Amino acid sequence: MKILNQASAPIYEALKNLKNERIVPFDVPGHKRGKGNQELTGFLGEKCLSVDVNSMKQLDNLCHPVSVIKEAEALCAQAFGAENSFFMVNGTSSCVQAMIMSVCKSGDKIILPRNVHISVINTLIICGAVPIYINPEINVRLGIPLGMSVSKLKLAIEENPDAKAVFVNNPTYYGICSNLVEITSLAHSYGMKVLVDEAHGTHFYFGKNLPISAMKAGADMSAVSMHKSGGSLTQSSILLVGKNINANYVMQIINLTQTTSGSYLLLSSLDISRRNLALDGEKIFEKVFEMAEYARSEINDIGNYYAFSDEIINGDTVFDFDRTKLSINTLDVGLAGIEVYDILRDEYDVQVEFGDIGNILAYISMGDSYKNIERLVGALAEIKRRYKKGKADILDCEYINPTVCLTPKKAFYAEKQSVSLSDSVGNICTEFVMCYPPGIPILAPGELITKEIVDYILYAKEKGCLLTGTEDLTTQNIKILKEDI
Amino acid sequence: MDLWFSEFHTKNVKLSIKVDKQLYSKTDEFQRIDVFDSPEFGIFLTLDGYMMLTQKDEFIYHEMIVHLPMAVHKNAKKVLVIGGGDGGALRELCKYKSLECIDIVEIDKEVVDVCKKYLPFTACGFDDKRVNVYYQDGLKFIRKSKNEYDLIIVDSTDPFGVGEGLFTKEFYGNCYKALKEDGIMVNQHESPFYDEDAVAMKRAHKRICESFDIARVYQAHIPTYPSGHWLFGFASKKYYPIKDLDAKSWQELGIKTRYYNTNLHKGAFMLPNYVEDLLKDVE
Repeated sequence: MKILNQASAPIYEALKNLKNERIVPFDVPGHKRGKGNQELTGFLGEKCLSVDVNSMKQLDNLCHPVSVIKEAEALCAQAFGAENSFFMVNGTSSCVQAMIMSVCKSGDKIILPRNVHISVINTLIICGAVPIYINPEINVRLGIPLGMSVSKLKLAIEENPDAKAVFVNNPTYYGICSNLVEITSLAHSYGMKVLVDEAHGTHFYFGKNLPISAMKAGADMSAVSMHKSGGSLTQSSILLVGKNINANYVMQIINLTQTTSGSYLLLSSLDISRRNLALDGEKIFEKVFEMAEYARSEINDIGNYYAFSDEIINGDTVFDFDRTKLSINTLDVGLAGIEVYDILRDEYDVQVEFGDIGNILAYISMGDSYKNIERLVGALAEIKRRYKKGKADILDCEYINPTVCLTPKKAFYAEKQSVSLSDSVGNICTEFVMCYPPGIPILAPGELITKEIVDYILYAKEKGCLLTGTEDLTTQNIKILKEDI
Repeated sequence: MDLWFSEFHTKNVKLSIKVDKQLYSKTDEFQRIDVFDSPEFGIFLTLDGYMMLTQKDEFIYHEMIVHLPMAVHKNAKKVLVIGGGDGGALRELCKYKSLECIDIVEIDKEVVDVCKKYLPFTACGFDDKRVNVYYQDGLKFIRKSKNEYDLIIVDSTDPFGVGEGLFTKEFYGNCYKALKEDGIMVNQHESPFYDEDAVAMKRAHKRICESFDIARVYQAHIPTYPSGHWLFGFASKKYYPIKDLDAKSWQELGIKTRYYNTNLHKGAFMLPNYVEDLLKDVE
């Protein structure tokens, strides 16, 4: 292997060389560098289509990397301080899937917080692993679930010493971090692997004054959404692997479900973005940090909005806070987060990442400018002026403690019956119900449907959240376990 | 030598002005600034390649954006100009002895400095003691102001690029808040003629109508702007632009103008049918 140089970008360079070689393509894709689909080429651009190519000798193969992809992945591992890295073309969901399936077989236990991304529970349905949920605490003022409590984890580990892995959201969508170092050392002392959903933490590896990254904390695997704060194309992600994980086995697991036609648009975007972060990441995230801090202080100055920051740190369930995140609690304006989200988009042409019951999250990144931040702040000031009412009658809790009756897999594949949501109370759910975004299930397969949960779903619906997950696209009916009827 | 400045007014139409020499060119953190000298239009200023003003026709724009609202609001004491780094609007405002305070918010100090050096015929407006200059984002400045101004003049660039934030609903809403209860806002309102400009024009009108009870549009002929047919917005909390015009009082001020007069004031609101139709679409 060559000496690694972070200024190089092997996949990107191989694609540029390919263009110069003027090879006559008698392979797929059939659009042949865009010539066969002029409308698409006109829309996406000739430059883009000319590198939408198939695996070939000089471009390596994602399913079995030996040259440029292997080199790019090695550079990436070095940049992130990991032992190995894998370029992933089906999003961070595919990283999550690969992590869990690499350490859990059917029937194996995995300890995780219930406020995980849908992709985690989806993986449990596929592989048959058994979830042991740790309930995240709630910050009642904000209505958001927090990080993983070390003492609760210890309890769960002692009750389930046979568990294979501990899964952590770090940071959460809202920027909340757990005590990753402590969690890792605790889990490792019981021989459990530590898997981290680091979808919102790419920048932790490059910026200053940010929470610790999973690899630095000693975690075994981490799923990194390079396309979120890292600047690569949507759907491109990175799976990071530590030294106590057999990377060749991980490759086999990835290949169980990975496409054999990995997109070079996505791969080159990972390669170029890694180079960018390795060379300029510190400077880039310093600017993001400053913009987020500026926006936060301006928004807090408006009054009634609460753009929270590291003052919520409590030493355990909020061990650290990612200050590049801009979450804004809207309840004191008298509006639900989702209502502010809708007003921003419909009336002010401002699209934020998501709105839930109590908060909106405005995603600040390397692509932002102060000019655009003024628009967000200006719009929020106007919304307050025009809509301000007393603190709204709003449900004060985002998280509802689930009762798990069956594993997700058993429930998902069981005999089912459709009933209306309001008639479903007391039965076992066999599908997901969630607001998207953020895509954290309110109900997962195998969980008891309670009145509290149904009320919450109806409330979220009334407020305008997009509910997804059920077979019934309108979420009026829900599929329950048949035996219960 | 055959040196020309050209600006595309649409993809298929351009206006070219013969240039004698280029006096200045610089790209700063906001935009590219150029100053030219030309035989036909004299000195002219462009930002990102778009014509801002020429020595020959700037009087039309500046008189129409200042004297028209000033002839309606008889008690204006405090005025805010947003944009307008060339100083032309200030120059016209300074003709009113009754004004006590004229604030101007310009995002790009370089524009002001360049105008002071190369366009003294407009930048002379900065010399008045009543003028306070703030170099910052207009949207941010206005956000922090409440019930403060009698008149706000939005003298912006086009809604693509630096001036984009000054064509938004949040900006107009914040202007409403910054005005006193009988305040007036006038703004550069783009052109109704070419399709792309008309879209921006309609959008601005829609956004203004959402914030102000009284929102009217008036026109002027500005030869160096796309199509030459240019619009201004008149938005107000209380005064109507024609009904509340006090022609006699304004004439008694004895302000010398080359374009504006109180008859033209009324005429400027009489719009062509196709423009009325465009506006009705969004009202």
